[in-house]
Amino acid sequence: MSDRIIAEINEIKEKIDITHLVCPMTFVKAKATIEELELGEILEIRLNDGEPVQNVPRSLKEDGQKVLKLKDNLDGTYTLYVRKDSE
Amino acid sequence: MAVDYKALKSGGFMRQVQKDHFSMRLKVVGGNLTTEQFDVISAVAKQYGHGYIHLTSRQGIEIPFIRLQDIEEVKKALEDGGVFSGICGPRVRTVTACQGDRICPSGCIDTYDLAQDISARYFGRELPHKFKFGVTGCMNNCLKAEENDLGIKGGLEVSVNHDDCIRCGVCVKVCRENAVSIQDDEVTVDYDKCNYCGRCVKSCPTDAFIGESVYILYFGGTFGNMIAQGVEILRPVKDKETVFKAADAALSFYDRYGKPSERFRKSIEREGIEKFREYIIEKVSPSLSENMGGNE
Repeated sequence: MSDRIIAEINEIKEKIDITHLVCPMTFVKAKATIEELELGEILEIRLNDGEPVQNVPRSLKEDGQKVLKLKDNLDGTYTLYVRKDSE
Repeated sequence: MAVDYKALKSGGFMRQVQKDHFSMRLKVVGGNLTTEQFDVISAVAKQYGHGYIHLTSRQGIEIPFIRLQDIEEVKKALEDGGVFSGICGPRVRTVTACQGDRICPSGCIDTYDLAQDISARYFGRELPHKFKFGVTGCMNNCLKAEENDLGIKGGLEVSVNHDDCIRCGVCVKVCRENAVSIQDDEVTVDYDKCNYCGRCVKSCPTDAFIGESVYILYFGGTFGNMIAQGVEILRPVKDKETVFKAADAALSFYDRYGKPSERFRKSIEREGIEKFREYIIEKVSPSLSENMGGNE
């Protein structure tokens, strides 16, 4: 992972936990939160293994946002770092 | 009034339980119709039918309760509005398709374009028995490729541009075949496990995964009286021309070896899958011996 990305991830603007949600609310919650951010700001999302981790990063990409990193928390959840790249 | 029995024979008119009434089958390709066509169909169903239409199991439309004496009039009204009769009988039937990559984010190929080409080439062609083509855009298989006599499934053959990769790890998670891993800080694809689903390409945040469309072909599927899954006897092919060569070969095999009223699958099984495989490979790519393996 490049130093630039590590530096970016260190400046997290907002954190959400969507482990209690199921599709499509997982993506809806992430999208709604990103809408409140300014371009370039970073959102940290805690999400479940399985369907959420397979689909949420892809949906955010298709929505024009930039996925920076996916971290395995080794407890059945993942942490996803996303930069707002599109209004 | 004179009844055009020849028109009746060509097959778009499905005899109903009710004497001298027909459920009129319409030509639809890839499940798409324009709103103008819908307006005409609606008007005809109102005027000549019972004010409703039936959606068939294979993306077709039928207008029930067309009376025998109205058939010619109905055909003309429809044709004037750009709607044509469908077919039944021992012929190439409606070509079905999902929405493909023009609409669906999961799509790996342009299914509609391919369905139109297939329909233009083969629709209505007479054969020993019915023959169904279906085109599905990806591994999700909404259109159920393997239940068609010749089913086509889109996929992506993937490669990685390591310079663009940020090792985010999304590809490792989205791959359902466990074909992607990060080893020594570099993304690695196990091509023996890859099933061309393209999820890595679709999910990669930096587009470091590159996908080239491929067509996976399944021969001899049937899901009626006899149930059998179409078999993959060629490796995925990369261009439409090869798809057509394979389809030409399959239909010529059926023409040559099929008995009347025998489904394609039965003909393949009676003659032997190996003979069929060799027949197809010889016609599709005599020089490409790497195509011999299939992907089973």
